[in-house]
Amino acid sequence: MTVYIPSALRSYTKQKSEVAAEGQTLAEVLSALDHRYPGLRFRIITEQGTIRQHIRIFVKEDQVRDLSVALQPEDQIHIICALSGG
Amino acid sequence: MPKSRKAPSPQLATGSVALLIGTRKGAFILRSDRSHRTWKLSAPMFLGHTVHHLMPDPRDRRTMLMATRTGHLGPTVFRSTDFGKTWKEAKTPPAFPKAPEGQNGRVVDHVFWLTPGHPSESGLWYAGTSPQGLFRSNDGGITWEPFSYINDDPQYRKWMGTVQDGTPDGPKLHSILIDPRDPAHLYFAMSGGGVHESVDGGRTWTSIVRGLEVVEGFDAATVTFHDPHCVRLCPTDPDRLFQQNHCGIYRMDRSEGRWLRIGKNMPKKVGDIGFAMVLHPRDSDTAWVFPMDGSTVWPRVSPGGKPAAYVTRDGGKTWTRQDKGFPRANAWWTVKRQAMTADAHEPVGLYLGTTSGEVWASRTGGTSWTCLARHLPEIYSVEAAEL
Repeated sequence: MTVYIPSALRSYTKQKSEVAAEGQTLAEVLSALDHRYPGLRFRIITEQGTIRQHIRIFVKEDQVRDLSVALQPEDQIHIICALSGG
Repeated sequence: MPKSRKAPSPQLATGSVALLIGTRKGAFILRSDRSHRTWKLSAPMFLGHTVHHLMPDPRDRRTMLMATRTGHLGPTVFRSTDFGKTWKEAKTPPAFPKAPEGQNGRVVDHVFWLTPGHPSESGLWYAGTSPQGLFRSNDGGITWEPFSYINDDPQYRKWMGTVQDGTPDGPKLHSILIDPRDPAHLYFAMSGGGVHESVDGGRTWTSIVRGLEVVEGFDAATVTFHDPHCVRLCPTDPDRLFQQNHCGIYRMDRSEGRWLRIGKNMPKKVGDIGFAMVLHPRDSDTAWVFPMDGSTVWPRVSPGGKPAAYVTRDGGKTWTRQDKGFPRANAWWTVKRQAMTADAHEPVGLYLGTTSGEVWASRTGGTSWTCLARHLPEIYSVEAAEL
């Protein structure tokens, strides 16, 4: 599946705006991404396993809050720096 | 308290100085020539990142650590071993342990404070976070782990309060101090949550708040209510501490075992509220503060819009205003707790960064001040590195 990377995280992905990743769940995809781009996951997911306050993750066009959500191979994942004012 | 032993003699510095500046929108380095008369400002590093602390390692003079996050992304630490030319991110930044299923665990919002370890402990660093957490790295800042028991201790958690109990920018653990005579003799402070000491390398801690005042109507015997803003340990007399607190300026001589409110000797119309506390590198009677308006709704600006440092040269019995060179009026800024420091020269060079993005310096121990840089973002920290 394809993961779309916001500009704030492209220092981890060698400036790539979209990367391919595999996993049965969002948690697995994020772990795979962190394995390939070390440090990326902690910038968007807290040590308690929750999505950070000003980060949003969409699968297809649905916002997800639970990392255990099941994914399909054709899914597109968007990581967004939320419009949170200022 | 450890038995009194002689502190190591401080080195008198003679070379040029670099100021490491952390701001709300990135980091900068301001380098002097050997006379400290000409300064050159670097391009911004990590532009747009919130840099709470940029700290040099005096043990090798090449390494520096940066505590940072962005508005959206979580907290981390970056490390440079070539004095800021290149940076690498910590592999495991400071983070609280994952809570058991069904329980709410804490989340580090930002790394607030960095302290290099004792000169005998190469590669060891301490970090303080918001909300209050104490962390340590044994490998130069590459990997971090919770240090000691206080992050999860019920008593300490009670003293820390919730994230709503601290400063407007979140409660903080700061002022991590190491006795130059003994690497196992440590202090830290919490806003709020008091001042704490360990003489056994963090295995046990004792609160030292006797003599400190708290906000009117609260019980000073309760550690929760104590809000130290900045605590410093005298390099040449490590049994003497100075503190700028939410409720005044204090000195503690460990043989006396209690804090003395030396801020009562400040002019009444200026008061003794502020963030920064700076000590002379070789004279344990000399210290500087930078008062701010802590009246009514706490404007947190220079009293009357007239910025000034105050110096004591007798351990706090008397204070002298030092405002030569600063604006005479309408300067509505202040100096945060990590944003004022001294170098190791003679006379002592003093440096401060303002909430309005200016860097000021005095080559004469505060008797006159010069603006070195303007129009930076809000300054959070200034540290001096000898080159």
